[in-house]
Amino acid sequence: MTGSELTVAGTPAQGTLRTVWAGIRSSRAATIGLAIVALHVLVAIAAPLLTSYAPTQSVPAEALAGVSWDHLAGTDQYGRDVLTRVLHGGRFALVVCALSTVAAVGLGTVVGCFVALRGGWADNVVMRLVDSVLAVPAILALLVVVTALGTGTWVVVAAITIVYVPGVVRVVRAAAQSVVPLEYVTAARARGERRWSILRRELLPNVADVVAVELAMRASWAALLVSSLSFLGFGANPPTPDWGLMVAENRTALTVVPMATLAPIVALATFVVGLNLAADGLAKAWGIDRFRRDGR
Amino acid sequence: MTLFVARRLGAMVLTVVLASLLVFVALQALPGDVATQILGRDATPEAVQVLRDQLGLDQPAWRRYLEWVGGAIQGDFGTSLASGEAVGSELALHLRNTLLIAVLAIAGGLLFSLVLGVVAGLYRDRWPDHLISGASLVGMSVPEFVVATVLVLLFSVTIPVFPAVVLDDADATVGQLLPAIWLPALALSIALAAYVVRMMRASVIDVMASEYVQTARLRGLGTGRVVLRHALPNAVLPTLNVIALNVAWLVGGVVVVETVFNYPGIGTLMIDAVYDRDLPVLQAIAVLSAVVYALCNLAADVAAMGLNPRLRAGGRSTA
Repeated sequence: MTGSELTVAGTPAQGTLRTVWAGIRSSRAATIGLAIVALHVLVAIAAPLLTSYAPTQSVPAEALAGVSWDHLAGTDQYGRDVLTRVLHGGRFALVVCALSTVAAVGLGTVVGCFVALRGGWADNVVMRLVDSVLAVPAILALLVVVTALGTGTWVVVAAITIVYVPGVVRVVRAAAQSVVPLEYVTAARARGERRWSILRRELLPNVADVVAVELAMRASWAALLVSSLSFLGFGANPPTPDWGLMVAENRTALTVVPMATLAPIVALATFVVGLNLAADGLAKAWGIDRFRRDGR
Repeated sequence: MTLFVARRLGAMVLTVVLASLLVFVALQALPGDVATQILGRDATPEAVQVLRDQLGLDQPAWRRYLEWVGGAIQGDFGTSLASGEAVGSELALHLRNTLLIAVLAIAGGLLFSLVLGVVAGLYRDRWPDHLISGASLVGMSVPEFVVATVLVLLFSVTIPVFPAVVLDDADATVGQLLPAIWLPALALSIALAAYVVRMMRASVIDVMASEYVQTARLRGLGTGRVVLRHALPNAVLPTLNVIALNVAWLVGGVVVVETVFNYPGIGTLMIDAVYDRDLPVLQAIAVLSAVVYALCNLAADVAAMGLNPRLRAGGRSTA
């Protein structure tokens, strides 16, 4: 684990952040990736300032207009400016993606470290549950939850969190298990430190690299998942501008205005490429094998 | 070896049973009375009562679950609320259609990714590698509905060779469905290959640097022979689990891709079931996907043993 020497350098909390920062700085791919992601976040925040149209303002007379100086990406079937909707279209996905990823990785990290430290029957029970949740593909599990609880931002966030926690638990547990038998954990145990403080001060800084890669990877999958859910009609609700939903709506006019479908696709793809570059770069910088492990 | 397989089978059954239990619990989480929720507020009390009887809602949940399991083992998954037909036969029909594209997608996707992965690995850091690695990064970064939509744009709109949507019903013959299976299968195989290529590339690079490959080369064997006989089997080994996971994940991809093409398989059946709140159908499909996941993992374990004699001898799981 590359984090160990950094924990010596500073207090654990600083060490964790410093590990991540050093990893980002040392990798060009990660820097570029995070820059792309940051750009998308900025655009989503500043969207109303970047365009003179409103995202839900429909002008029936201008429906399905092609690419022109007035409408750089054409208009959709209701005459709404596609570029405007693309600029606004990341908001739902970004918010859902950020909230659910942070929640899932946070929860999964704590549970993963805990079971690695605790071992015994708790470990067995949790890992059995993890296995059985992973057995149902994420999109199917989401559809089951959506059927039971209906759509809505909070339902989707909660559902993605639930679906992704088991995967995080498995990865973090594996990383933490290699730390648990080390001397300083035994020393902390011998000092009589409580489990929670061992987890926070000894384990967490040493799995920080794995957790950071997991965060970037999960975020990329969550973005794909949210947009797929919107595409299927169970994510963002019309007339909300959302990339996945826009592809579903504008696809019917694919032959008339192909740009109206391509524009949200490009936006979504660049966002996820950014996240993937970040995950790749961090994984490479820290020598974590991103692919030799359990996936989505 | 038998012991190992038996132990894996046991774990697999446990996983599927737990998954089915979780799905069952999740679907019971419908707020309020399930029958009223499904039928809507305007439903007459009689209709609600009929549905309650049909779903067996007057019995405690654990008995309903056990009865469901008992039926499922015998191939009886209950009755669809939307169509009134047996879920089992509906499922079988759609499963046949899905298998048409899934088998094609798996075969094509694996062939794709093995070839491209080996090429990228052999030409590490040169232009074929950059090209393939870049393409797989993009492939990983776009959802299946995007791949499918772009394929429609290319092969149905720009060059009209394949149909953009399927108009056949689920009971169409294989011959009728034949023109429609290529684009969905291609979309799925691209999504499948994106991950496996990268794993394969990393694996090939590791193996080509190993001593036995160096030895084989020093013995003067041709590159083709070294790659096919010495490097490939060992490079595939660590990729097996990734392949298994991605094949299992295909069930999820199928839902999205079939929706794009309106292809009458398991995926469209599932989406319809979500719209209709057709709980028996949903439950059957979710459990089916868990079975597929478990089988894929088992297959990967057994294949790993076939490729690696060391695993066979000890009979101990290293997974």
